[in-house]
Amino acid sequence: MNLSGWLVMLFSIGSVVSLFIWCIYKVLTIPKETEHVHGFEQEPPDMQ
Amino acid sequence: MADRIKESWNSRIGVILAVSGSAVGLGNFLRFPGQVAEYGGGAFMLAYFVAFLLIGLPICWAEWAMGREGGLKGFNSAPSILAAITQRPGLRFVGIIAVVIPVVIYMYYVVIEAWCLAYATNYLFGDMRFNQTSEATEFFNNLIGASKDGSALGFDIKHVGVFFVAVFILNFVLIWRGISRGIELFCKYAMPTLLVVALIILVRVLTLGTPDTAHPDRTIGNGLGYMWNPSKQVLEVKDANGEWQQEREIVDAKNMQDAVALVADDEGKRLRQLTAFEQLSNPNLWLAAAGQIFFSLSVGFGVIITYSSYMKKKDDIVLSGLAAASANEFCEVAVGGLISIPAAVAFFGVSGLAGIGLSTFDIGFKALPMVFSQMPAGMLFGFLFFFLLFLAAVTSSLSMLQPGIAFLEESLNINRRQSVAILGFVVAMGSAYVLYFSADLKALDTLDFWVTNLLMVVLATAQVIIFAWVIGIEKGFEMAHAGAAIRIPKIFKFTMKYITPLLLIAILGCWFYSSVLGYSFDPGKPREYSSYVSDLFIKPNTIAWMAVGLIALTGLFIGLNLLPATHFKPTPPAKKGAKQ
Repeated sequence: MNLSGWLVMLFSIGSVVSLFIWCIYKVLTIPKETEHVHGFEQEPPDMQ
Repeated sequence: MADRIKESWNSRIGVILAVSGSAVGLGNFLRFPGQVAEYGGGAFMLAYFVAFLLIGLPICWAEWAMGREGGLKGFNSAPSILAAITQRPGLRFVGIIAVVIPVVIYMYYVVIEAWCLAYATNYLFGDMRFNQTSEATEFFNNLIGASKDGSALGFDIKHVGVFFVAVFILNFVLIWRGISRGIELFCKYAMPTLLVVALIILVRVLTLGTPDTAHPDRTIGNGLGYMWNPSKQVLEVKDANGEWQQEREIVDAKNMQDAVALVADDEGKRLRQLTAFEQLSNPNLWLAAAGQIFFSLSVGFGVIITYSSYMKKKDDIVLSGLAAASANEFCEVAVGGLISIPAAVAFFGVSGLAGIGLSTFDIGFKALPMVFSQMPAGMLFGFLFFFLLFLAAVTSSLSMLQPGIAFLEESLNINRRQSVAILGFVVAMGSAYVLYFSADLKALDTLDFWVTNLLMVVLATAQVIIFAWVIGIEKGFEMAHAGAAIRIPKIFKFTMKYITPLLLIAILGCWFYSSVLGYSFDPGKPREYSSYVSDLFIKPNTIAWMAVGLIALTGLFIGLNLLPATHFKPTPPAKKGAKQ
């Protein structure tokens, strides 16, 4: 692989990894997580 | 509709995993690397990221916003959502496409899912050590019944029949359980498992080094170079008409030495450097990059609009949409881009891989089984890889069923279990057609061509126009930002209003020009109809016509069962002084 190949690869992978990590960080640190409507053990409303 | 009790997602993480599960599929691990290698490596990536920003993300956010808004009005299926949020009942007919696409794709995708399970099982219990590519190809052809219609229906480990029944039942058991207990629960476990398995395989591939010391040019480094170098050295040969045709790409010093010697001896051959700019001037590269973004992000697919309709008014959709897209991009670029092609080049070299082919099925079911045959502990890694593909396929196929179920629940006013039963019958008939007419994969291929190239782009174009022009970009952004954890950058207002629709129309036009009318963007090439057009109009093929008929019939069934227009008429304002 030549130098430009390394640069393209590192830029491409670096971009998507950074975006992914930032999104995970934001999702996990934002306090207002959707309220838990019902647990997995419970029947969904239209199946009760 | 309003009095029907609605299902909903259990948590934000759950909906993100479900949407990313829908997007992450075979395309990430097999189609993407093949496209990058075929269309210029690093040069392709530039077009890919441009398409992500100008097409993928805008449609993604538009679908999330319109879906959630429709859900708040009590609707979960695309035809009703589009009519309700615009108060234009005529737009129900655009929504038909958003149900046809996932239902029809499910009919053949579940068959491919069964192939993946069959391969994983054969790696555990069968003999998957192939000495030659022809053996791997023969195994694949026998498994899928490529030689003769009906020959895939064997119910032993070497035929797909039994695996098809297993995956079909698995999908319907999960979808029967509902949004949170079925789809969300499965994705919550399947997606992290998929990621761990993918990272294990990635580490194994990147540490392969030079697997065969007799071929020092066949290394992981050269495989990565073939995949990522933006400029290419290619060996060209002169054809009978005196035109230079590309023979192969040269990726390392040893091959370069050989090529230089070859060119010195033969005037009919030459070495040429293809610059990134030259490759980017090829319209096919841009079409391929935009197409990859479509398939990959599951935009214009009818799934996101349905999934997001189960969200609440205060739920964030901007960050959730971006997070799901970023998870998909991570799996595609950072994992998928480093596994298949580099591993195949490390074992067979560039010319060896070119001989096998770069299509999704060639890489996945012919080249990689050969890689696993020669790799230490290859049977284990073979199992892990196909199990990974199987998980990715299940999370995608589950998402394809929900739009159909939501539509039936709404239009026939029946409960989830009844709609699952009806949809199960419909897609079982369609899948049986794909499974039976397996010769040369004619049925599967024809369905895939017309649905993914035509219907998906038409739907995406319609959706973005509805969002930016019918609803209005300001109101659309207001809808998207309700409860949002982050804000969409303002530049996307201009992008979604002008650039995205224009690009989509251009893509549709270019596709029609080249794939339907048969013209080439290369001025030297004569007009040639694609086999898909030829199968319908030039040399009519019954199976191809049946495929198109199946798409039309599905659309007709949906069209005949749409909710009446009166459901979507705006309520007239109450008259002054009237009794409340």
